[in-house]
Amino acid sequence: MAKVNQKQVPMREQSYAERIKNFKEVPCGYSEEEAVLEAKRCLQCKNPLCAQGCPVGIDIPGFIDLIAKEDFRGSIRKMKEKNSLPAICGRVCPQEDQCQKVCVLAKRKEPIAIGRLERFIADWEARQGDIEIPSKKPPTGKKIACVGSGPAGLTVAGESAKLGHNVTILEALHELGGVLTYGIPEFRLPNSIVQREVEYISSLGVKIMTSFVVSKLKTVDELLEEFDAVFIATGAGLPWFMSIPGENYNGVYSANEYLTRTNLMRAYQFPKYDTPIIKGKQAAVIGGGNVAMDSVRTALRLGAEKTMIIYRRSKTEMPARLEEIHHAEEEGVIFEFLTLPVAYHPDEKGWLKEMECIRMELGEPDASGRRRPIPIEGSNFRIPVDVVVVAIGNSPNPLLPSLTPDLKLGKKGNIVIDQNSGKTSKKGVFAGGDIATGAATVISAMGAGKIAAWAIDEYLKTGEW
Amino acid sequence: MKIIAKEHIAEDLTKFVIESELIAEKALPGQFIILMVCKEGERIPLTIVDTDEKKKTITIIFQEVGYTTKLLGRLESGDLLYSLVGPLGKATPVRNYGKVIVVGGGVGIAELLPVARAFKDAGCAITSILGGRTAELVILPEQVKEYSEDMYITTDDGSLGEKGMVTDPLKRLIEKDQNYGLVFCVGPLPMMRAVSDLTRAFNIKTLVCLNSIMIDGTGMCGGCRVTINGETKFTCVDGPDFDGHEVDFNELMTRQKRFISHEKHAMCKLDEKIKK
Repeated sequence: MAKVNQKQVPMREQSYAERIKNFKEVPCGYSEEEAVLEAKRCLQCKNPLCAQGCPVGIDIPGFIDLIAKEDFRGSIRKMKEKNSLPAICGRVCPQEDQCQKVCVLAKRKEPIAIGRLERFIADWEARQGDIEIPSKKPPTGKKIACVGSGPAGLTVAGESAKLGHNVTILEALHELGGVLTYGIPEFRLPNSIVQREVEYISSLGVKIMTSFVVSKLKTVDELLEEFDAVFIATGAGLPWFMSIPGENYNGVYSANEYLTRTNLMRAYQFPKYDTPIIKGKQAAVIGGGNVAMDSVRTALRLGAEKTMIIYRRSKTEMPARLEEIHHAEEEGVIFEFLTLPVAYHPDEKGWLKEMECIRMELGEPDASGRRRPIPIEGSNFRIPVDVVVVAIGNSPNPLLPSLTPDLKLGKKGNIVIDQNSGKTSKKGVFAGGDIATGAATVISAMGAGKIAAWAIDEYLKTGEW
Repeated sequence: MKIIAKEHIAEDLTKFVIESELIAEKALPGQFIILMVCKEGERIPLTIVDTDEKKKTITIIFQEVGYTTKLLGRLESGDLLYSLVGPLGKATPVRNYGKVIVVGGGVGIAELLPVARAFKDAGCAITSILGGRTAELVILPEQVKEYSEDMYITTDDGSLGEKGMVTDPLKRLIEKDQNYGLVFCVGPLPMMRAVSDLTRAFNIKTLVCLNSIMIDGTGMCGGCRVTINGETKFTCVDGPDFDGHEVDFNELMTRQKRFISHEKHAMCKLDEKIKK
C-alpha cells in the first residue's frame, strides 16, 4: 500500500492583509487536482467511523472515493442522496468535532479534509451550470407547511418534496435561508451559495412564501386546516442581553442586529444599500462562540481600527470552532480572556464611550463541565469602545409558541419534541432545529430536519400519531 | 403588495391603500406592518390605520420625513412594494375603560383612528385631543370626531383651535374630572412624554404607542429595545403600546437618533436620484 501523505492538501486562502478589507470568502476552495489528491488519502475503511458521526448520514467514504476516481458527477449524486445542502455544510459544519474527529488518520496524521471535499464537490456541480434534479417519488397529494427557511426548514422541504409531498415554505423575512442568510457573514458563507441551495430546493417543486409570519398572519391551527402536516423551524431568534447598566446606549448591539444589518440588509454596502450600521473605531464583542467570531470579524471588515473579543473564561473553554478563532487571531483581533463587562459608560450625548469590565479567575467545573469563572473583587477597569456587540447566545424565538397555546414548551421556551420523530404535543405538528434544542449547529438542525421528514412521511401514510 | 390608491393628505403626509388580503383579514387596531420600498431598501415599520376585508386592502398614512419615507412617497398607485409583512406587534388592549381621552399629534392622528374606533365599539366614551404644528397638519378631524363625544384641537401657531400644546386641554380636563379610565396617546416622542408626565401626577392609566427603529419586527434583532419600568422590552413583540408612566423616554429619544448621520448621507443620495 502506498504511503499516505501525513498532511492534508492545504486550502488556499485570501491573505489576511487583503481579506480584512473585504467581505469575500476567506478560503478559496480546492481545485480538481487538489481535491483528487486529498481524496486519495482516504483509507476507505471497511467500517467507516466518519459516517457514523454525521447527523445526516452522508456516505462519506463513498463520495470521497468517487472524487478520487475523478467521477465528480457520481460523487455529487452520492452526496445528495443524503444531503441537500452540501455547499453550506462543507463551509460551516464543525467537521473537526464530528466526522473528521473520528477519522482513522486523525490518530497519527491529519484527518481527511472531509468538509473541504464536500464543499469542492458542491461547488464543482454549480460550476457545471446544470444542477441535477433527483428523481422524486410520485405525488402523494399530501400538503406540508414548513415554517421557517433556515437549515431545518430547508431540509424538511427538500426531503419531503423528494418523497412526493406538496411542500410550502413560509418565511417571516423577505429573503430565504434564516440564520444562513441573516446570521452567518458573507466571508464565511456567501449569500449567493445560500440562494443557490434555496434554488435547488425550489427546483424540487417546493412553493415559497416570504414575509409570512406564522401565528400573526395565520395561526398553526389555521395552517392545519390547509395542510396535512406542519413543521416548525423558527430558530433561536431571541437575543440575550446581560442586563447590565447602560446596555441600551447607542452603539450597543445584539449580535443578531449587528449581523442582520450587515448580512441580510447589506449595511456593509451603505449607501448603495439603504440600511445603516454604526461603524465603530474600537469595537468589542462579548462572547466566545462562532457568532462572536463572526461579529468581531465583521467589525474589522467594517473598518474598526481595534477589535476585541471579551470572554469571561479562558481560550480552552471557548465554544467557537478552532478555525474561526484562528482566522480571528490572524486578522489581528485582540482576545481579552477572563474578562466580564459589568457596565457601560456614555459620552455627554448618550453614546457608548467606555466599557467597564472586571477580571475573572477559573474555579471548579460547572454544569457544562467547563471551569466556572469567578469575578476578582476590585479588579474593575475601563476600555474605550464605540461599538459593542453582545454575542452571548439566543433563546428559541417565543413568538410562534406564545401564540400557539397547546404546544408544550420546555424550560428554556423550546418546543418539546420526541427526538426520534420531531413530533410535538400537537397532532400533525412537528418541530426541529434551534426552536426545539436552543441554539446549536447548522448540521444538527439539518439532522433534526431529516428525522422529522421521515416521521412526517410516515404520519402522512398511516395517519398514526 | 400593490398600491391601489395614493392620496396626498397634507404638507408631507401621504396615504396609501395597499392590496393585502391576509393582512386585511387579520390586522387589529394598534398593529403595524414592515415594508421595503426596493431591493436595496430599509425595512421600516408603519401603523396600519385602516383595513377593508371586502376590498382586501390595508391603509397606511406616513410622513415623508426621512430617506425611506421620501422614497416611499415617490411610489404611485399601481406600483408594487418590494416587501410587506404583517400584522406585527400586539393589538391595543381594547375594552370598555369608561371615559377615555385619546390624544394624537401629527401623523399620530391617523394612527389614533383605528384605536378610537375600537374603543368606541367597546363602549368607551371618547374625548379626543388633536394637535399639530399648524392647521393643515391636524389631519382627519372629521373622522376622529365621528367616534368622539368631545373634541379639542391645538396648534403651535394658533391657526386652528387653541394656540398651544395638547397637554393644555388635557390638563384642564383631568384637573376637572379624574374619572378617566384611560388616556391613549400617539404622536411625537416629546408629546407622548409630556402627556405621560401630566397624567402620572393624576394617576390616570396612560398608554403610548411607540415607533422604534426596527429590522425584522419578530423579536429577533433587539434593535427596537426600550426600557419599560427598568426592564428591557422589544417594541416589536412586547409593544408597540406601553404604559406611558413606565417608558424611559430620554433613552428612547437618544436611541432614535442612532442613525442621524447616515440619514444625512442617504438624503444626498435621494437628491441625486431626484435630479436624475
